[in-house]
Amino acid sequence: MQSSAPRRRSFPLNAWYVAAWSREVTRALMPRTICDKKIVMYRTEDGKPVALEDACWHRLAPLSKGWLEGDQVVCGYHGLVFNAQGRCTHMPSQETINPSACVRAFPAVEKHGFVWLWPGEPALADPATIADMHWVDDPAWAGEGVVTPMACNYRLIVDNLMDLTHETFVHKTSIGNAAVAEAPFEVTHGERTAQLTRWMLDIEPPPFWAFQLGSKLGIAGKVNVDRWQYINFEAPASVVLDVGVALAGTGAPQGDRSKGVNLRICHFITPETERSCHFFWVLRRNFKLDDAELTVATRERNAAIVAEDREVLLAQQQAMEAAPDAVFYNLNIDAGAMWARRIQERMIDDETPPPALRAAE
Amino acid sequence: MRTVETWTPTVVRAVTQATPTIRLFDLVPEGLSVRGYPLGGHLNVGVMIAGRPDTRSYSIVGADGCYRIAVKRVPDSRGGSQYMWSLGEGARLTVSNARSSFPLDVGYRGYHLIAAGIGITPIYGMALALAARGENLRLAYAARTADELAFADELKAALGARMTAHLSGEGRRLDVEAFLAAVPPGELVMICGPLPMIDAARRAWKAMGRPATDLRFETFGSSGAHAPEPFKVKLPQFDTEIVVQENQSMLDALNAAGYEVISDCRRGECGVCAVNILGVDGEVDHRDVFFSEHQRAENRKMCVCVSRAVGTVSIDAMIRPDPARI
Repeated sequence: MQSSAPRRRSFPLNAWYVAAWSREVTRALMPRTICDKKIVMYRTEDGKPVALEDACWHRLAPLSKGWLEGDQVVCGYHGLVFNAQGRCTHMPSQETINPSACVRAFPAVEKHGFVWLWPGEPALADPATIADMHWVDDPAWAGEGVVTPMACNYRLIVDNLMDLTHETFVHKTSIGNAAVAEAPFEVTHGERTAQLTRWMLDIEPPPFWAFQLGSKLGIAGKVNVDRWQYINFEAPASVVLDVGVALAGTGAPQGDRSKGVNLRICHFITPETERSCHFFWVLRRNFKLDDAELTVATRERNAAIVAEDREVLLAQQQAMEAAPDAVFYNLNIDAGAMWARRIQERMIDDETPPPALRAAE
Repeated sequence: MRTVETWTPTVVRAVTQATPTIRLFDLVPEGLSVRGYPLGGHLNVGVMIAGRPDTRSYSIVGADGCYRIAVKRVPDSRGGSQYMWSLGEGARLTVSNARSSFPLDVGYRGYHLIAAGIGITPIYGMALALAARGENLRLAYAARTADELAFADELKAALGARMTAHLSGEGRRLDVEAFLAAVPPGELVMICGPLPMIDAARRAWKAMGRPATDLRFETFGSSGAHAPEPFKVKLPQFDTEIVVQENQSMLDALNAAGYEVISDCRRGECGVCAVNILGVDGEVDHRDVFFSEHQRAENRKMCVCVSRAVGTVSIDAMIRPDPARI
């Protein structure tokens, strides 16, 4: 007989997640739910990011509805005060402080233009394990980031990015063309990474890429290109696309990208709940770095692409909720996404005790 | 965040003697797989005292396949340890989910642990975890005699010279003030032991101008200036007096006699059970950490969940007739 065990979490907790763009964390209290945990973030007076459980120790009033006094948060309900480590430093109407009074403090560090948060066991939080997204604040690259709320499980977005054949169908007017769906690809994997590589040689560039190439090289009119997609997953949920096009036959597959345009499209998908996530994305380019108009135009073109994805992903989430026992089938194009899921599953296994062995009755 | 307690039927897998007065109980909760526990954590255990069900909290000292808790035999206790010591292998009881009200924070440059007697139980796991993580730590471990140093071998193996033993029975009493004075600024002190020691530590820490949040403490709400003995509680308002037995809390005695006092933590931390003291013939033995030292000295209120008296204490149990309906 099948047991009705509670559904397993789809995300590991012992991992660094992007909690916010650096610019979002300020001297104002900012609430955000991350991995099903209500969190309030702010910055200390000397600029360090702080992430605390967003529920007062006393009666769970959200601390984000209170205010900052120096580096401490004052609960807006009864005035309990918590320091940046989450320890209570003031209680009303008493001379002492209950020794067990604290709210949970989450390890939070700033790197690559993001504030990263570790929702799991704090003793295991090693900032050296943050996913490599250095293109996001490398001054050799330009482009502005966005966070888009998405009402779907975070893995649906990882799946989406790990398999770009959907471009042909979902994004047919911007980045998709038949070549993407038909070109051969290769999937490789390591301990915490998975990569999908695809080259499309001597093809007509889709409109998004024609625009980027035109912006850099000043070309108008039709030219054929060699197009590449290196899709890099790193646990728990970073997907960095090394994508671009170069004039056909100018040596891009051999490593000479000088006659082309290259973007690093950096994505991080942070679970909000099991059925929603924060989709952080930015397109970084290594040409025309000071062209503010190009930055805006690129961001807006991609926002339109994300909106197309969103329509599919939200419908997919609803379909999954309508069929809670359904299990996906896979195509060969899903190997990259499957590796991403397997790596995540291993991390979840590591932090979940196995069900107890019970003697047969 | 405090969460609802869930209770699980549990079997005693093994009982071992750690010291002449401390026994370790390996508990296997049915249907749960036990792997790890929150540092500083405890289990609440359902016990029977004088034929009545009650609960007691015991620190967890291990959690690998089963929970291991440590119980000190206290002859004049409120009966919990006596019950636990009556249990052998195969005995059944219920336990709560593990939780910690004495958690260990990360991110400090150094950790300074002080344990006295049974106070080693929450500190033990912390010391091992900190040592395993390569943290900068030291432990001062106080007991009366060497054979009362539970877990001494394991601690010595993990900590080496970073652990010092202080045996009062051999005239080597722990100098808490000197220990604290050697703590560099910004490092953390975790202390668990009898209330007089914790009071002394808090006083010294404050006098040194150190932040209160860097000295964390836990008492088991079970130690005071005097050994427990029966005492009388007078309720002049009702023209009555009750006796609190040596193995009974004043809170339980008042409630059992029908004088209802509300309480929450039952470990002298929250202050909800405070009543007004009207007079004392003898001495009030304040065992809580809710009142400040000067409030305890004023002697106007007491936390009846843990505090006791020697002699007779006269209180206002804060019970009033409802106003008449008009």
